[in-house]
Amino acid sequence: MTAQQIIFLVVSFVTLGSALMVVTSRNLIHAALWLVSTLFGVAIIYTLLNAGFLAVVQVVVYIGAIAILFIFAVMLTRKDMRDQSPQLNRNWWMGALLAVVTFGGLFSLLQSWSGFSKTAADFPSGFDAIGRLGEALVSPDAFVLPFEVASVLLLAALVGAVYLAFNRK
Amino acid sequence: MNFWNDPLKIAADWLMGIFTSWGMPEIGAQALIAFLGIFLLIAILMVLDIFLVWIERKVVARFQDRIGPNRLGPYGLMQPFADIVKLLIKEDTTPAGADKVVYNIAPMLSMMSVLILWAIVPLAPVILGVDLNVGILFLIAAGSIGTLSIIMAGWSSNNKFAMVGAFRQVAVMISFEVPMLAMLLIPTVLSGSMGMNAIIQKQDIWFVALAPLGALIFLIAAIAELGRAPFDMAEGESELVSGYNIEYSGMKFGMFYAGELLHAFTFGGFWSILFFGGYRFFGLEKVSPFLAIAVILFKAMIGYWIIMWVKYTMLRIRIDHMLAFNWKFLTPLSFVLLMMTALLNALLRGGSTWLYISGMFLSNVLLAWSALEIARTYSRREREKAEGPKQALGVVAEVHH
Amino acid sequence: MNEWLYVGLFFIVGLLIPVGAIGVAAILGPKKPNSIKQSTYECGIETVGDSWVQFKAQYYIFALVFLVFDVETVFLFPWAVKLAGLGVFAVMEGIVFILILIAGLVYTWRKGMLEWA
Repeated sequence: MTAQQIIFLVVSFVTLGSALMVVTSRNLIHAALWLVSTLFGVAIIYTLLNAGFLAVVQVVVYIGAIAILFIFAVMLTRKDMRDQSPQLNRNWWMGALLAVVTFGGLFSLLQSWSGFSKTAADFPSGFDAIGRLGEALVSPDAFVLPFEVASVLLLAALVGAVYLAFNRK
Repeated sequence: MNFWNDPLKIAADWLMGIFTSWGMPEIGAQALIAFLGIFLLIAILMVLDIFLVWIERKVVARFQDRIGPNRLGPYGLMQPFADIVKLLIKEDTTPAGADKVVYNIAPMLSMMSVLILWAIVPLAPVILGVDLNVGILFLIAAGSIGTLSIIMAGWSSNNKFAMVGAFRQVAVMISFEVPMLAMLLIPTVLSGSMGMNAIIQKQDIWFVALAPLGALIFLIAAIAELGRAPFDMAEGESELVSGYNIEYSGMKFGMFYAGELLHAFTFGGFWSILFFGGYRFFGLEKVSPFLAIAVILFKAMIGYWIIMWVKYTMLRIRIDHMLAFNWKFLTPLSFVLLMMTALLNALLRGGSTWLYISGMFLSNVLLAWSALEIARTYSRREREKAEGPKQALGVVAEVHH
Repeated sequence: MNEWLYVGLFFIVGLLIPVGAIGVAAILGPKKPNSIKQSTYECGIETVGDSWVQFKAQYYIFALVFLVFDVETVFLFPWAVKLAGLGVFAVMEGIVFILILIAGLVYTWRKGMLEWA
């Protein structure tokens, strides 16, 4: 049991536990805060995979923007933030069965992959991950077109947000 | 390699020798040494924080033409210690109906978000916490945690002033993060790296000479992020009674307050790292790391002084004016500045140094001037629409009379 | 991976210090709760109405616009890092990216979504 494995186990346990609390918590703001904890756990897992850039981007975008958006949305719409309805309906056993089957399927699929039991390899020294990403984003035979299309996608999101807000007003 | 040139490594090796001779496994010894180092740094920061309280009170007193604390100890130096003792022995009340867990966690998160920033501040070429290659985004990530702690504080206090204050403060903080991110891209473009140490190493010419408007916009956005005047919506002391802080007393309030001052000092440090060369001062840092630490702390103190100066000179801006200023003026301006800097950097970098520096500097001045002209024309047009053309000039005529 | 471990240690110690300070204060301070001390503060008078206020939807709009620009600038960071070695073509690509989003900002502005808070 290397230190990395122990850290991974602890972090995944916390992440999954927080995710469970997100969906079972009765107070909406508590659910949003558990979501923040889940997202932070995912960011830590990114660092375990040597993806430092993605980890900080996760915190900046997900926790710094999306979680705050969620909290704003919750605070702006509900007066009574307690969920009174019952938490499980009659078919809860079907959901549980599906979850177990999906997990079993994914597990058996991944077992045939050679990297399943390996930890993430360290980068060779001098490997500039962000530089490579930057080059990939702008070189014509790599990802420049998706890069520009991403900006159009963000523009579409902005226009959609304006449209929704107009309807609300 | 002696102690004066590389203190961290010498100390770490010495401690490692001691710990392994006690029979500790190497991993454990490394973790313990790291822990001790971090603990030492944070302890020094907390002591510095205490003196920042004293500095703040003396400075605000001088700006307001009075003396400030001068009873406790020479020049009032014991005042912050008395404040700490007072905060420690105050009763720990929790307002009725407050959400206890969230209410208690908020000040801790707020202080933590400031302390972790010091992990990436390079105090000297060889003394730094962690040389992250994503240092700049780490700065923003820590800011996000701080923003979250403010929402938590405001909501859990069960007080409508706290909620309104927290909402407004968070709206201001997230709005001003956009020009701040754009301005953080400028040292990245100019130095080709997101790591703080690399940015300092590349500053043979301080970046403030290449992008003065960028430094200015970063300062404005940083002051808004800090929640200090003229953008202190949350602490509108006469407006919202102290905003998200209302229901906090004792050490929890102390954490918010001290956290804010330390945050301001930290941003003074980052401003100097990103635009003013950090620990570099014409080669002084190569002499000894301790001189480098002195240089960067001095520059951070100057940055903090400027932030205080702005706070005690300017009036608070109204929330809608603040947000309009950000979204309609600063954001377009900062993105245009970013595009211009990137373009000019690519075009002029290969040429002579003087052409490079003067080209970038003049383009910044030109951009600032034209932005102000556009704003002036726009506001004159708005005023004429509101008052009629004669009225707008009538005031000037009267004054000249 | 090792450097992130130091960052994690910073988080832990950074959390321990305020916890310690507040813990000491909780131990040292008197504990005499009474209903007046714990009542909600409203400039010294009795509170009027609930402590829940209907907030302006405008806050949500600002958060949405911020989200779009946040993602945009995060995309720009890898571009900015490699700018020095890539020549003017790469700069142009980045400028196109930014211009599309400034068009979005102008659209939002003209539609009146950036008014008031």
